Amino acid sequence: MSEPIVLKYKVTDGEFQHVGEASSSVKKELRALGVSPDALRRISVAMYEGEVNMVIHANGGTITVEITPQQVKMILDDVGPGIPDLEKAMQAGWSTAPDEIRNLGFGAGMGLPNMKANTDTMEIDTRVGEGTRITMTVNL
Amino acid sequence: MTVSSLSEKKIFETVSLADPDREIGSVFCCDLLSIAMGKAPADCAWVTVMSNINTLAVATLADASVVILAEGQRPDETVAAKAAEQGVNLFATPLPIFEAALKIQELL
Ligand SMILES: Nc1ncnc2c1ncn2[C@@H]1O[C@H](COP(=O)(O)OP(=O)(O)OP(=O)(O)O)[C@@H](O)[C@H]1O
Ligand SMILES: [Mg+2]
Repeated sequence: MSEPIVLKYKVTDGEFQHVGEASSSVKKELRALGVSPDALRRISVAMYEGEVNMVIHANGGTITVEITPQQVKMILDDVGPGIPDLEKAMQAGWSTAPDEIRNLGFGAGMGLPNMKANTDTMEIDTRVGEGTRITMTVNL
Repeated sequence: MTVSSLSEKKIFETVSLADPDREIGSVFCCDLLSIAMGKAPADCAWVTVMSNINTLAVATLADASVVILAEGQRPDETVAAKAAEQGVNLFATPLPIFEAALKIQELL
C-alpha cells in the first residue's frame, strides 16, 4: 500500500475574495492524478461548501485532504461557534446567514445538504463554543 | 455548440473567452450560489445576475461551460481579470435572465 498524498490548506476568516481557492487547488491536483470528472465534481462541490461555511459561519480553519487510489478524504476543522441544532442545519433551506452574506448569493441553506448529497460518507462533530469538524469521503 | 461559436453570434458581450472550445450542453438559471452548486449540470451555460468572485468559483467547481451575466450586471475589473486567470468563459448582456437563456436554448 502506498502512502496517502496529504494536502493541507488554511482557510482565513472573512476572506470572501479568496474563498474557493483551496477547493480549486484540490480540483487541479486531483485532475492531474487522473480522477474521473464525476468524482472531481462531487469532491469540488462538497469541499467548496465546507470551505465557504468555515469563512461565513466559523472563524476560518484548516482543511486536510488525504488521497489514496481508493478514496479522497476531506477533514474540515474550525474553531467557530459550533452548530447548536445539527438536525435543523442539515435541512435544505435552513440558514442563519446575515443579509450582507445573502447579498453575495450565499444563504440558501443548501451547503450542508450539498455536502451530504455529493459524498459517500459525512460525519459532523460539533461542539457549541468550541468548533466543528466535518469529515467527508468520496470513493474513487 | 461551443462557447466560441456562441461568442461569434454576438448576442452577448464577450468578457472572457478563456476556454473557447468548451461545449455547451444545457442552459441553467439561478442566482443562489449553493443551489447552482448543487443543481447546475456540468457543461451548462449558467445565466445569473450575481456578479462576483464567488460566481466564478462556483462556475469552475461545478464545471459550467460559460457564465452569462444578465440584466445589465457588469463584472468589475477584479472579476473580469479573475475570469481570464481561472479559465472561466464570461459573457454579459442587458437582456433579462429568461430572454438570455432562451436565446441560447434556441441555438442548442
Ligand atoms: N462550520 C460551521 N460552523 C458553525 N455553523 C455552521 C457551520 N456550517 C454551517 N453552519 C450552520 O448551519 C447552517 C446551514 O448551513 P448551510 O451550508 O446548509 O447553509 P448556509 O451556509 O446558511 O447557506 P448556503 O450554504 O446555501 O449558502 C448555517 O446557516 C449555519 O447556521
Ligand atoms: Mg453554506
